[in-house]
Amino acid sequence: MSVPAAAPNITYRVIKDRLFQALMLFFSFFTFLPLLLIIFHIVQNGIAVVDWEFLTHLPRPVGEVGGGIANAMVGTLMLIAIASVIAIPLGVCAGVYLAEQKKGIVCYLVRLCVEILHGVPSIVIGIIAYAWVVITLGTFSALSGGIALAIMMLPVIVRSTEETIKLIPDTLREASLSLGVPYYRTVLKVIIPAGMSGIATGILISVARVGGETAPLLFTAFGSPFMEVNIFKPVNSLPLVIFNYATSPYPEWHALAWGASFVLVAFVLLLNLSAKFLTRKWKVQF
Amino acid sequence: MESPILSVKSFCAYFGELAVLNNVNLSITERKATAIMGPSGCGKTTLIRCINRMHELIPGARVSGEILLRAENLYGMNPINVRRKIGMVFQKPNPFPTMSIYDNVIAGYTLNGIKLDRRDKNRIVEESLMRAALWGEVKDVLHRKGTFLSGGQQQRLCIARALAMNPEIMLLDEPTSALDPRATAHIEELIEELKKQVTIVMVTHNIAQAARISDYTAFIYLGELIEYGTTQKMFTVPQDKRTEEYLSGKFG
Repeated sequence: MSVPAAAPNITYRVIKDRLFQALMLFFSFFTFLPLLLIIFHIVQNGIAVVDWEFLTHLPRPVGEVGGGIANAMVGTLMLIAIASVIAIPLGVCAGVYLAEQKKGIVCYLVRLCVEILHGVPSIVIGIIAYAWVVITLGTFSALSGGIALAIMMLPVIVRSTEETIKLIPDTLREASLSLGVPYYRTVLKVIIPAGMSGIATGILISVARVGGETAPLLFTAFGSPFMEVNIFKPVNSLPLVIFNYATSPYPEWHALAWGASFVLVAFVLLLNLSAKFLTRKWKVQF
Repeated sequence: MESPILSVKSFCAYFGELAVLNNVNLSITERKATAIMGPSGCGKTTLIRCINRMHELIPGARVSGEILLRAENLYGMNPINVRRKIGMVFQKPNPFPTMSIYDNVIAGYTLNGIKLDRRDKNRIVEESLMRAALWGEVKDVLHRKGTFLSGGQQQRLCIARALAMNPEIMLLDEPTSALDPRATAHIEELIEELKKQVTIVMVTHNIAQAARISDYTAFIYLGELIEYGTTQKMFTVPQDKRTEEYLSGKFG
């Protein structure tokens, strides 16, 4: 048998290899470039506006200097609180059910619905909440906005809970059942605590997702120039403030919109980072 | 033979249409160690999972026949009560990962919502860990996570957790197959000690282990109980040709 010729073009191959690696690095760099630019732009335009007054005062009428977004921040927190109260119990329960049941027609239907719900445009969810709640109650309200956001949170929570619980080994379930622990207590006291990090992460991610939603709030929470803590009254929210101010003709309001964007982005980033942190901190070693 | 603590009578177990156990009859003697051995897939694990009614948790699983605990049919009782009387230790150590060593031992009480005062808790934890020969190693780290222990220690923690419920019977499903030889020796020593207080039924596919620690041995092959008797007799004068072949390593 003939010995293979000593590769004369080994250098050529090495160069090709390096080139390919450089190309991959180049493209992966491009994936985080947009985020970098967004943050840079928002910090550049927004940071000058954000001060103590901006965070603690109500908006002022056009022409007056100063004013803040305190009502929008409170409104956003209210909307998130309402949405969470509705979506977290529902989503976690449905997720646990799907993970525990695995097969069956109900499971199939629920999973299908969750997937479709995940893809429903947020503006459509806004219209539904308008038709159900706003028309019924006869007024725009924080409640209707919260319900719209809850519908958006639901599929994210269901999915992340299901995926987390599915990964918990059966041996753990058996350990509990073999001690004579009833099934419902096994789920509540063993399975859910073991999946806590994944479930909490899913919840934070879903909050981050709806925190910046504007479309479903346009005709539900509606917006308000006042500090409002009644859930049956219209409330302001950060995305609505940005939308209203940025589309106004006044330069002072544009600046305020940048400030509000800065606050919103900081909030969403913080949520995402805490989700990352929680995953690591509460990780359960099986 | 004295009256048995557990009698298995014309017992069959199925996964869907597949019969895994076929007409098994077996009497377990109190405060002795009974080993169930046989090649992989012969149904030995299914048999002990039927004893504390874990088998039925698998979708499609069903059984026929009866298993009597003293005179009461286990299949007429609530499975939750069965499992509180008959403890189980699994092949792979499975301490609760979210709980400390201390909480793992009393998990049978806390998870069942049984309230205990601090003194009782401390006593149960200490006693159970002593009985599982783990107390000396963990008494200073009781509040660390159970999963931080070594494999062998975790398995003894699981034994302590089962013992804490004061079961009448302990089922051990190949308790040493995931452990190294030293940890195995430790667990075997522990079983020898435990059988003075609790009835032990253990599954093993390690023939030497069955010979070392059991008083009675059952040999199951292809879902049928081939032979059952004292360990000494089975290992010296096996009655059935298949038992002899299995023991001499011709198959399995």
